[in-house]
Amino acid sequence: MQAPSQAPAASTTAPPGAPVVALRGVTKRFPGVVANDNVTIEIHAGEVHVLLGENGAGKSTLVGMLSGLQQPDEGGIEVDGRPTLVGSPRQALSIGIGTVFQHSMLVPSLSVIDNFALGGAWWKTPDRKGIAAAIRETAGRLGLRVDPHALVSSLSLGERQQVEILRALMRGSRCLILDEATAMLTPHEAVALGELMRRLVAQGIAVIFITHKLNEAVAYGDRISVLRLGRNVGEIAPETLRASSDAENTETIISLMFGTAAGEGAVGGARAARSHGDVVLEVAGLCSDAGRVPVRDIDLTVRSGEILGVAGIDGNGQKELAEVLAGQMPRSSGSIRLMGQELGDATVGQRRAGGLRYVTDDRLGEGTVGTFPVATNFLLKDIGAAPYWRRGIERPEEIRRQAETHVRDFDIRTPGTQTPVGKLSGGNIQKVLLAREMTGSAEVVIFAKPTYGLDVNNIRATRKRIVEAADAGKAVVLISTDLDELLELSDRIAVIDRGRIRGTVVNGEGARDAIGRLMSAGDEQ
Amino acid sequence: MTDEQTIPAAGAGGRAAANAGLQASLRVLAVSVGPLVAALVLGGLLLLAMGFNPFSYYGYVIQRALFSPSGFEATLTRMGPLLLIAASLIVAFRAGLWNLGGDGQYLLAAVFVAATVPLTLGVLPVWANLLLGLLIGAAVGALWSLLPALLKAWQGINEIITTLMMSFLGVSLANVLVKLAFLDPGTTTPQTRTLPVEARLPRLFDSSVSSGLLIGLAAVIVVHLVMTRTAFGMRLRLVGANPRAAVHAGLSVPALTIAVFAISAALAGLSGAVDILGTHGNVRADWNPAYSLTVVPLVFLARLNGFGSIAYVFLFSALTIGGESAARRIGVPSFFSLVIVAILLIMLGLAEYLDKRHQERARR
Repeated sequence: MQAPSQAPAASTTAPPGAPVVALRGVTKRFPGVVANDNVTIEIHAGEVHVLLGENGAGKSTLVGMLSGLQQPDEGGIEVDGRPTLVGSPRQALSIGIGTVFQHSMLVPSLSVIDNFALGGAWWKTPDRKGIAAAIRETAGRLGLRVDPHALVSSLSLGERQQVEILRALMRGSRCLILDEATAMLTPHEAVALGELMRRLVAQGIAVIFITHKLNEAVAYGDRISVLRLGRNVGEIAPETLRASSDAENTETIISLMFGTAAGEGAVGGARAARSHGDVVLEVAGLCSDAGRVPVRDIDLTVRSGEILGVAGIDGNGQKELAEVLAGQMPRSSGSIRLMGQELGDATVGQRRAGGLRYVTDDRLGEGTVGTFPVATNFLLKDIGAAPYWRRGIERPEEIRRQAETHVRDFDIRTPGTQTPVGKLSGGNIQKVLLAREMTGSAEVVIFAKPTYGLDVNNIRATRKRIVEAADAGKAVVLISTDLDELLELSDRIAVIDRGRIRGTVVNGEGARDAIGRLMSAGDEQ
Repeated sequence: MTDEQTIPAAGAGGRAAANAGLQASLRVLAVSVGPLVAALVLGGLLLLAMGFNPFSYYGYVIQRALFSPSGFEATLTRMGPLLLIAASLIVAFRAGLWNLGGDGQYLLAAVFVAATVPLTLGVLPVWANLLLGLLIGAAVGALWSLLPALLKAWQGINEIITTLMMSFLGVSLANVLVKLAFLDPGTTTPQTRTLPVEARLPRLFDSSVSSGLLIGLAAVIVVHLVMTRTAFGMRLRLVGANPRAAVHAGLSVPALTIAVFAISAALAGLSGAVDILGTHGNVRADWNPAYSLTVVPLVFLARLNGFGSIAYVFLFSALTIGGESAARRIGVPSFFSLVIVAILLIMLGLAEYLDKRHQERARR
């Protein structure tokens, strides 16, 4: 951990009102993933600074570094313009950075007062009266009503959050981080939190508000930084934010989040033309209420040799769509035809046998079993199938041979076919999934965020595989939250929003703008 | 991606892999035998503190349980029901289900077998009668797990709680049945009718060892092979290791859950049947050997490996048989064998921790 060796250019031109806290060129890597890549962000007193990004954009890692849970690999953190090492959560508190995490850090069985007294010296009886008075005073100053004697378990989630904000302030925080603060709140409580944030900044506190909801960012933020794939892809300054309408701001943010504003428009030429064959997958009027986001009236057709992209902000029904197609989640109505045959309520196994494959984005959560050998993970969806089993009895020779072929063909870096798959890097685990889903009788392959969390080399290798699959005549459904990826690979791109397909765009000249329009049209209201 | 550069592609170093394999198996040996030695030493110190000579205790236990013919035969006979319990637990634990209701399943099965088999003895030939007894035992055991199985499969209700509760109910119900419904009218002591010795499971060769031992050995080995070598076993292990991956792979988790409960509880019931048909011949009121909960640590010590379980069950069986004699002769309480098992578990946990730390240090 060292301070940046050369002063960054930004700090030489001191803006009016120097930042309280600043991240300077921060990079943080985890095995197989670059969580933050050269991120520079300045936090000013008296401003709500929104950090906006999808899941996996690197927001949590930034919070972890600011709150002392993790240390940056490169770059550093400045407090009041001085390079500062934030080595532990205690140290973060002592320099005035307080964090309110998404999940409550209060002890439910203790009263509010006792929760505040927790950090005190163990040999002293906490001064409960003094603490109660201080709580009332601070709460009153912010217009909050908190009963210091109440048990935390009797408080609503919104009230618990207020208590945590109070606690952070009473420990002397000048910079308050609210991590996904509205995720657990009711809409009413979320509005109250927004108002509270306005009062906090009015008192000169710097607030960092982390969210992936655009409307909240626009409603409560003074300054918005957008993170995408670990990089800070743009910032909207207070002046711009105030000068534009909410709709304009939303559009700007969407273009930042998806790279619709990126300069390189001539992506269309990068794709080699492929001839498309017959319709392989035909989805009509598909609905499902089984998932977190209901899926409604989905109509899609994919021809052999065609890549159909599905664009949208994460959590708008993409996962549900993929799982209903794969048979993991029941549909409530509509039809799915695979090469003309109605799938109906066919099981996962029947669909797989028919040539429908699904590469999940949750590689370790559901795609593989980390403790099982690589060779076994190749066969998780074919347990009992010939030639790997005969009359239910395993044939290790056949299993080993298949594993060695896959390891060679898909360039999987593993010490051996018997190594537990959980010991491999993220990129190699993805290759294991690709090998399992793209070989054999595959006709349609659904990819869910196939390059999510991978490093550059593995992203390139994975995209190449997808193109190869289409070249070989397979129909490909590519679900992605990375517009550049979709524009690079897809023939057509459907835009999904809140469980509905808002429109489909043929990839080519002007596709980027058309998709951007479909996305922001869906996001109004 | 530093780890990708250091890891050679598969198949590049077969020799090195074999060497590493040898080292790995040596380490496994050290991790599994080391705690045993440590536990015996600590147990010895404990005996010393209690005022007994550890050498004479261990010596007596070994002499009685292994080197006296009657003791050794008793050790082997006791292994039968214990091995069936081990098989029952291995199926459940490998599939990620905590069937802790083995005691209730065992005892209820034992009581029903003891109550019915003497009655059908005159009707059926001996071998058919024994077969009927084994089937009744397995069926009663499986039936007693039905409620926890359905609750787990349909509602996801924690099976640790439900199987334990059903176990208490089962043990109590078994006692009530012995005292009221299945009472032997021929005696004044509250117990079931007694199966005549000549109608019990045949003895092996010229010894007093019951053929229940063979049933137990066969069950453990079959369970081990099914779990490690067959498609069905892999499905169960997949559900146990990662239920979400099982759903993703298209397995019916509820159906497999019910199957696991049925197999596991049937084996526990079979254990009760073997114990009655082979050794006891009847069930006395308030009798409950509580084998299931004592075998739980043993199968964990063996890491749910069938063959390892046979070794640990043999060790435990010898310890209890020898310990029971030692209790009468030297005065060391008979439950001291459980103390040794407990120390062994703690030692094993410690060894695993040290092993993990060692591995992490080696990786750096």
